[in-house]
Amino acid sequence: MTNADLKRTPLHGLHVELGARMVPFAGYDMPVQFEGVLAEHNWTRAKAGLFDVSHMGQARLRGDDVDAALETLVPADVRGLDAGRQVYSLLLNAAGGIRDDLMISKPDGDGLFLVVNAAVKEQDFAHISSALAGRAELEVIGDRALLALQGPAAAAVMAEAAAGSADLKFMDSTSLKVHGIDCLVSRSGYTGEDGFEISVPAGKAETLARAFLVHADVKPIGLGARDSLRLEAGLCLYGHDIDDATTPIEASLTWTIAKNRRDAPTFPGGAKIVSQITEGAAKKRVGLKLLDKAPAREGAEIHKGGVQIGVVTSGGFGPTVGGPIAMGYVDAAHRDLGTQVDVMVRGTARKAEIVRTPFAPHRYHRG
Amino acid sequence: MSVHYTKDHEWIRVDGDVGTVGISKHAAEQLGDVVFVELPDVGKSAAKGGEIAVVESVKAASEVYAPVAGEVTEVNTVLTDAPETVNADPEGDGWFYKLKIADAGELKELMDADAYAKHLESEG
Repeated sequence: MTNADLKRTPLHGLHVELGARMVPFAGYDMPVQFEGVLAEHNWTRAKAGLFDVSHMGQARLRGDDVDAALETLVPADVRGLDAGRQVYSLLLNAAGGIRDDLMISKPDGDGLFLVVNAAVKEQDFAHISSALAGRAELEVIGDRALLALQGPAAAAVMAEAAAGSADLKFMDSTSLKVHGIDCLVSRSGYTGEDGFEISVPAGKAETLARAFLVHADVKPIGLGARDSLRLEAGLCLYGHDIDDATTPIEASLTWTIAKNRRDAPTFPGGAKIVSQITEGAAKKRVGLKLLDKAPAREGAEIHKGGVQIGVVTSGGFGPTVGGPIAMGYVDAAHRDLGTQVDVMVRGTARKAEIVRTPFAPHRYHRG
Repeated sequence: MSVHYTKDHEWIRVDGDVGTVGISKHAAEQLGDVVFVELPDVGKSAAKGGEIAVVESVKAASEVYAPVAGEVTEVNTVLTDAPETVNADPEGDGWFYKLKIADAGELKELMDADAYAKHLESEG
């Protein structure tokens, strides 16, 4: 794919102006780094980072009984989701596999607001539209950008930009004027830090981004640091840590299966998923801390006693942790915290331990 | 002493029959923050163009190839604890290893600094 074939977000020109190194990602020409992945990672953990995540898919879902309709596709308690709240959920397939992970929110009275992953957004939207045909209407939103402001200084920066943002708690979602621009704002993100995700009309996105970047505590952050931040936060990357062949239970995302939907599961793959909750799954996603300095990357085999028991699905260097970390799947018999394993890095067995995630503590604003 | 470069962005500084090898400033910039360097064992024999070390940034692992054939005589153990030296001084303190050059004739196939600069321009 040449650059000319790549799509651009409304902030593309700004990224180039700011000296970003641009790379192809999910069909878009995206900034992988500005001043450097380590510096950007550390800045986000210390101050506030501004991320362009406009490549992600945004949509509205409307209908007389839209909550119940969407519940046929996801295991969340959508009917029980209060106005002004957001929930992390999963689009499931008939085998209980994960088609995508997504955010579902009720920021205003206008149905449900959905945010899905860039790489699979077309297929997600086609799936939702066809599966809910006659029950709910999906409007794909192509004219809005999505910014994320993340880090311990995000709340103070946002308070200056948007009166009322201080009242939001983690996973609240609302419509709000930000620097005078009508936006949809949720207090959430993909870094483990306190922060906000801001859906803004495409034509105003650059104005908004520039207004944030004027603040001394805000710097632009690329996809490189976004990945190291989310890995330290123990958050899954779709297509790597979760995919259509892994179930939520295998993925250690059992908490996404709403309690009130387990008795009579009406979401796809419900019987299998509920049975895995009761009986256990054969493999589980775990966190891994490498005990020496060599990072283990996606695809590295996990061994115990010379026998393969699993595989790494995401791995790299955790700047805040100060060493290599990874996530992967292991046979359930070896999932316990503290289990010592070997991760094969270029043919060399590197010692690792199964540890709790997140690797860096979440610092969400739970109020 | 002379310095030669490969198309794969390694440099070799030659002093008698010993070459000191590292990655170019351009390569270090492209990689970004180096967080780990896997160095060869002393005594390992390197084939010209063969994989001899691995350099890891936050994002990814990249192979480093031997510019000429030879036997590894020393490695830069500073990089074990301070891999960021590769970014700070890629063509100086950030060297990877030294090797006893098997065939000095192979150096003629490499580029000098000017030719390497032109090569970078042609790569865009």
